[in-house]
Amino acid sequence: METLETLGIGLIDGLLAVLMLGVGLLPDALAEPFSYGFMQRALLTAILVGAICGLLSCFVVLKRWSLLGDAISHAVLPGVAIAYLLGWPFFIGAFIAGALTSVGIGALERHTRLKADAAMGLMFTAAFALGVVIISKIATNTHLMHILFGNVLGVQYPALLLTLFSGVVALLAVWAFYRPLLLYTFDPMQAQALGFNTGLIHYGLILLLTLTIVASLETVGIILVVAMLITPGATAHLLTERLTTMMLLSVAVGVTASVVGLYLSFRLDVASGGAIVLVAAGLFLVSLLLAPRHGLLARWWRARRLHAPSPSN
Amino acid sequence: MVLRLPSKPMAVEVKGLSAAYDGQSVLEDVDIALPAGKWTAIIGPNGAGKSTLFRILLGVMKPLSGEVTVLGDAPSRQRRLGYIAYMAQQEAVEWDFPISVQDTVMTGRFGHMRGDPWWRRLLPPRWTHPRHWDVVHRSLQAVNMQDFAHRPIGALSGGQKKRVLLARALAQEARLLLLDEPLAGVDAASERLILDLLTRQRAAGRTVVMVTHDMDSARRYADQVLLINRTIVGMGAPDNMLVDEMLARTAVAGWRPVARRDPPLEAFP
Repeated sequence: METLETLGIGLIDGLLAVLMLGVGLLPDALAEPFSYGFMQRALLTAILVGAICGLLSCFVVLKRWSLLGDAISHAVLPGVAIAYLLGWPFFIGAFIAGALTSVGIGALERHTRLKADAAMGLMFTAAFALGVVIISKIATNTHLMHILFGNVLGVQYPALLLTLFSGVVALLAVWAFYRPLLLYTFDPMQAQALGFNTGLIHYGLILLLTLTIVASLETVGIILVVAMLITPGATAHLLTERLTTMMLLSVAVGVTASVVGLYLSFRLDVASGGAIVLVAAGLFLVSLLLAPRHGLLARWWRARRLHAPSPSN
Repeated sequence: MVLRLPSKPMAVEVKGLSAAYDGQSVLEDVDIALPAGKWTAIIGPNGAGKSTLFRILLGVMKPLSGEVTVLGDAPSRQRRLGYIAYMAQQEAVEWDFPISVQDTVMTGRFGHMRGDPWWRRLLPPRWTHPRHWDVVHRSLQAVNMQDFAHRPIGALSGGQKKRVLLARALAQEARLLLLDEPLAGVDAASERLILDLLTRQRAAGRTVVMVTHDMDSARRYADQVLLINRTIVGMGAPDNMLVDEMLARTAVAGWRPVARRDPPLEAFP
C-alpha cells in the first residue's frame, strides 16, 4: 500500500514536471501564477477534469442524459457523506449512491405513472437533501461549500491521484468499448438486435459517468459538474458530423475551459468552479454563433441567400 | 416427450404468447409459425401488437407468458449469432447523430466483429477488417447509396434514410430480416428498389418478415399475409387474406363496440 502511494505521488510529480516544462514556454506574465505548488496541482487537476468531462459529455449530450447527469451528480452527495462516516474511499460511496439512484429512477418510471423527468427530479432532490443533512451533522459549512462548489486551489495529492485514475479508466473504457458505446448511444434497438447486453452497457456508462463526477467533485463541485458534462459536448455537437471528431473537440473545449477558468479565477480572485463553467459557456456561445453548418450566422446567411432575388430576374 | 426432427425449423415460432404494457394487453395467447425462406407481411391496425411482436423477438420487451423460438432456438442465442436483422421505423433513429452513412451501415457488422482478434477493436475504425468494409460497400451499392457513403445521415431525404437502414440490415448478412414499415413514406423509386432487393434476399434463402400498411405491395410481393389484432385473425396466401371480409374482421376483432351515443344536437335548428 505504501509503495503504491509513493508510486502515485512519483507519477504525479513526474506529470507536474512535464506540465511545468510546457508552462515554462509561456510568457512570464502568464506563467507567473504557476510558480506556486498549489497552482501546479490545480492546473493538472483542471486539465484532467476537463478532458474526462469532455469525453463523457459527448455521450451525455447524444444520449439526452443531461438531466440524468444532473441527478447522479446530486445523488452522489449522501454517498460521499456516508463513505466519510464509514471511513471508505469516497468513490465507493459515490458510486453506490449514483447507481442506486439510477436504478430507483428506472423503477419509479416503470412501476408508477410518473414520467422520467419527475422520477429523476424526485429521486435526486431527495438524495441530495439526505446528503446535506448528513454533512451538516458531521462537517463544517466550509467543507459543505467545497463539496458543492469545488475548490480546485486546495487540491491535494490523494484527490489528484483519484482524478488521474478516473481519467485513465474512462479513456481506456471508451477506447476498448467504443463500438458498443457508439451503438448503444446511437440506436439501442440495433444494439439489442445484434445481441449486445444493453443492460451492461447502460450501467457501464452510468459507472463511467459517476466516476467522472466523483473525479470532478473537488474542481467544479457537485452543482456545476453537470455543466462540464453538457457544455463541451453540446459545443462540439454544433461543430462536426463525426463522433470521433466530436470527442476530440469536446475534450479540447473541456480542457480549454478548465485551464482558462482556473487562470481567471486566480487573477480575478473569484470561485474557480464558476469561472471554469462560465468560460465553457462562452466557448459554447462562440460556436453557436460561428459554427460552419449549425451556427446562427451560417443559418442566417443560408436563409438570406435563399430569399434573395436571383440575379436572372 | 416427443422427439422432434430439426430438419425444417420455422423461422419464427410463437406459442401462447401474451404481452401487455402497463396492464393494457396487446397480444393475447398468440400462436404463430412463420416458415423459413418465405416473405411474410404482417398487417393490422395501430396498436394491434405488430411492433410488440418485433420487440419481443429483439428481447427489448419481455412477454407475460408464452414460448418463442427463432430458427429452432432461443431468440437471445440467435441474436448473438447475428441471425436476426432489424430495420427500424424511421422515427426510431436519431438522425441528428454525428455519424456518416457508411459508418451507420458498419454498425450492422458490429455483432460479427466479436469474431475478430481482440486487438482489432483497439484500432481506429478505418482499420476495421477489410472483410467488413467489403460487405458495407456492397450493401450500399445494393441500395444505390454508394455515392452518399461519406454524408452525415442527417442530410438525407426520407427515401434515402430508409435505404440506409435497409443497407445496415443487409450488411448483417442475417437469416431473418425483421422490417418495421420499410415502405412508409418512401418515394416510388425507393419503393421499387426496396421491394426488388427484398425479393432477391428471399431468393437467397432469407426469411423476410415485414410489418406494413401497404396492402398493394403485400399482395404483389409477399408469400403470405398474417392478419393480427391482439390475436391472430388469419394467416394464408395474400389473395385469401387481403379480402374485405378478412380485413374487416382484423379491424374489429378484440375491440369493444363503440358505445351508442345520442345524435348531436343541431346547431341551427
